Amino acid sequence: MSIFDIHFLFVIIMSAFIGGAAGYLGSLMLTKKMALVGGAFGHLALPGIALALLYGFDVSLGAIIFLIIGMLLMYFLKKKSNLSMEVLSAVVFTSSLSIAWIFLPEKNAPALIGDVSHISWNAIIISIILSIVVIIITKYIVKPIMLISFSEDISKTLGININKYNFLFLASIVLVTALGVRIIGGLMTVALIAIPAATSRNMNQHLSSYTILALLFGAVSAGVGVYMSSLTTLPPGSLIVIVSTIFFVGSLFFKNK
Amino acid sequence: MSDEVILTVKDVSVSFGEKKVIDSVNFELQKNENLAILGPNGAGKTTLFKALLGLVPYDGEITWGKDVKLSYLPSQGFLQDAKNLPLTVMDFFALKNISIDKVKDMLHNVGLHDDVLYKNFTTLSTGQFQRMLIAWTLVDDANVILFDEPISGIDIEGQKVIYDLLHKFWQEKKLTILMISHDLNIVWEHANRVLCLGSGHTCFGAPHAVLTPEALEDIYGTGIKFYEHKHK
Repeated sequence: MSIFDIHFLFVIIMSAFIGGAAGYLGSLMLTKKMALVGGAFGHLALPGIALALLYGFDVSLGAIIFLIIGMLLMYFLKKKSNLSMEVLSAVVFTSSLSIAWIFLPEKNAPALIGDVSHISWNAIIISIILSIVVIIITKYIVKPIMLISFSEDISKTLGININKYNFLFLASIVLVTALGVRIIGGLMTVALIAIPAATSRNMNQHLSSYTILALLFGAVSAGVGVYMSSLTTLPPGSLIVIVSTIFFVGSLFFKNK
Repeated sequence: MSDEVILTVKDVSVSFGEKKVIDSVNFELQKNENLAILGPNGAGKTTLFKALLGLVPYDGEITWGKDVKLSYLPSQGFLQDAKNLPLTVMDFFALKNISIDKVKDMLHNVGLHDDVLYKNFTTLSTGQFQRMLIAWTLVDDANVILFDEPISGIDIEGQKVIYDLLHKFWQEKKLTILMISHDLNIVWEHANRVLCLGSGHTCFGAPHAVLTPEALEDIYGTGIKFYEHKHK
């Protein structure tokens, strides 16, 4: 497969959009100390990916169905048990991982570490559009989410509808996870969200440049990772993580005060 | 001091589940008064604030005067997390959509220099951060300020600056101030009304009328020890 293949070019563009959306949203998750939740979400999506591969429907569709089911389950357990979200995550996420393992068709590493070799044009276009939707939502919620992270009480006093913004935030996380599993698989989704934001945080202290740089690092890592996987036989998920980790390590030497 | 009633609290109680945190509190506040709320830990001081701000459900009646604009500076427990946000001082004021000139004015008012505008939260000293927060709290022309333990994390000198500032704003802007304070010196110096919440004991009035040694012992159990704790 060559870069001049127009379909593959669009796969790279799609990956960059997904990576960018994940990085951008990730910059918010990092400040809310929610980066690891993204990883847990990826696991939650795994049974859906497994079923999608088994029955031949779109992995993101499978992922999103299981993400929604999983989150309703979390919500229900939270109400019933009074346990902390952290403990419940451990229960729900490991059980979904083990269910996925049972259902996963043989030789299906792609569900775990990503696969971009058989993506339809429709899936590419929809993924790009949804990534743009995530970016727009994120832009819309940056300021209120910062205020909410600063203090929920003050935000309420200022008349900010916390539930609305938290819902938009959560919905974006679900969406970006469902998109992310397509290129990076269900095991390492957290990398798309956390590493670009961490890299940017290392370099930048200013809100708008911090969020934009996270978007750019996410986009470039995903694009380059997917391109490199076409040159080699290595899975895109691993390469995306490696590329963004290289950026992260590099950022340690570019710290700006 | 005008005689305009700005806040009426009638029989207000707040319960969390079975536990009654505040039990039928009554008081009334005039415009431009400075109310100190006293009481031991767990007396429901912060909860009362939250009820006043409409952040928690309550029984009874809370009526604010018209044209009241509330601003709230919560207890400082959250500061450590807040200081890690990827915000410059400028970003932080931008969350409130305040013009740059007004921000600079306000920063000068709390004794900060323009150059903190471009500093990140993480690089501010605790004292600078605290002053900046007070500027932020006051910047959008609030006329009623609720301060929860505003003194923690400031050195003694900084503490004096903050209270002098509050005093200044209180006079200049005709603010009404409600503050939760643990420091009786501060209460004597700045408050003209005191509300005490405590185990079975509530009182309300002018400091000299309310803060008798007997009353303090009633509120805190051991009033004298309280003094010793605060100044170690």
